[in-house]
Amino acid sequence: MADVEIKEGGTKGKQKKGAKKQSTRVDMTAMVDMAFLLITFFMLTTTMSQPQTMEITMPDKQENSDDKMKVRESRTVTILLDEDDKVHYYQGVTNEMPEVHTTNFGKDGIRKVLLQKKQEIGKVRNPESGKLEDGIIVIIKAKDEAKYKNMVDILDEMNITGIRTYAIVDITQGDLDLLAASETAAAGQTVGG
Amino acid sequence: MAKKKLTFPRKNIALDMTAMCDVAFLLLTFFMLATKFKPDEPVIVDTPSSISEIKLPESDIITITIDKEGAVFFGIDNQTTRYKLIEAMGDKYNVAFTDFEKNEFALSSTVGMPVGSLKQILSTASGYEKSKIKQPGIPIDSTNNQLRDWVDLGRRMNLEVTGKVPRVAIKGDKNSDYGVVKEVIATLQDLNINRFNMITSLEAAPEGTPAAMAAASEE
Repeated sequence: MADVEIKEGGTKGKQKKGAKKQSTRVDMTAMVDMAFLLITFFMLTTTMSQPQTMEITMPDKQENSDDKMKVRESRTVTILLDEDDKVHYYQGVTNEMPEVHTTNFGKDGIRKVLLQKKQEIGKVRNPESGKLEDGIIVIIKAKDEAKYKNMVDILDEMNITGIRTYAIVDITQGDLDLLAASETAAAGQTVGG
Repeated sequence: MAKKKLTFPRKNIALDMTAMCDVAFLLLTFFMLATKFKPDEPVIVDTPSSISEIKLPESDIITITIDKEGAVFFGIDNQTTRYKLIEAMGDKYNVAFTDFEKNEFALSSTVGMPVGSLKQILSTASGYEKSKIKQPGIPIDSTNNQLRDWVDLGRRMNLEVTGKVPRVAIKGDKNSDYGVVKEVIATLQDLNINRFNMITSLEAAPEGTPAAMAAASEE
């Protein structure tokens, strides 16, 4: 009964002879159809939520190298991102030929390692604020063949494991040599064993 | 037993649609006012996921899209800025764009080709057809780094138009090589842009990790 009722004058006098009683019912079905069609269209085309992002701050390139933080080398864990989702890591600096381990992005992979290292290295007192902070410093280096996903994943791991001090650094020849050396060593081991 | 004829009383099955109509139009009005059309994107990018919940600001954004083949695209959200930007780019690369081409550029959201071949595309194709053309990407090599100019001039023009320095967001495909991303980041750093965003899709923090515990304690 899509209609608009019109109340009659009621007790008011006689009806005029000429005025025909016309039905004012309007069929709204078509209108509702169209309205819902438009709603559907707008609902589907609209973008309600803004995409999620990750904020990254890189060190200033022009900055003088004098005020760079000097840290104990054993506090640094370097992560090397390789192709095929492989992750290599070592503690310390390149020229001491540290042992390179290889792991992956799985649950028991790099996350476990990072949490363990974080615990091992322990807390360090910040000389400026005097507060105890996590001593671990992670340096992330990615080979050109690594995927963008790997980089985002490793930055995400930093958030997940709660490591605040990390840096993205370009990979050096020293790192590549180290990787190659560890790979040949691993290959030699499997052949020998 | 004699069969009884079943009879139904005749009923009027017309419904009163007035209320439904009211609600429908109310919703329609809401969606029409709240809507912001999805910008047309030249490539489909599958973003990696992260636990980060930081939202991208709504306006004053430069988006650098990297597709899985490593092609780089540049986009800026303000139309007036885009109009001024194409003028500035034309001046810089000695390409004279006509008013029609500038308008055409202002209406399209993302650009992904060298400035030299841009004129031809803008003059021949209409906006709709342009989205069907496969764009090869903006050159980012050190000898011909056009992305640097796009970002640099884009920031300046946006500052002129809206008075704000736009934020740079990198929207990379999961499977794009890090080498390309590294070049883009190096370009940004070269322009002294050291803070930027990476667009990711959301995933939950894994249980038992410091991040999950921090989120739980907040609640």
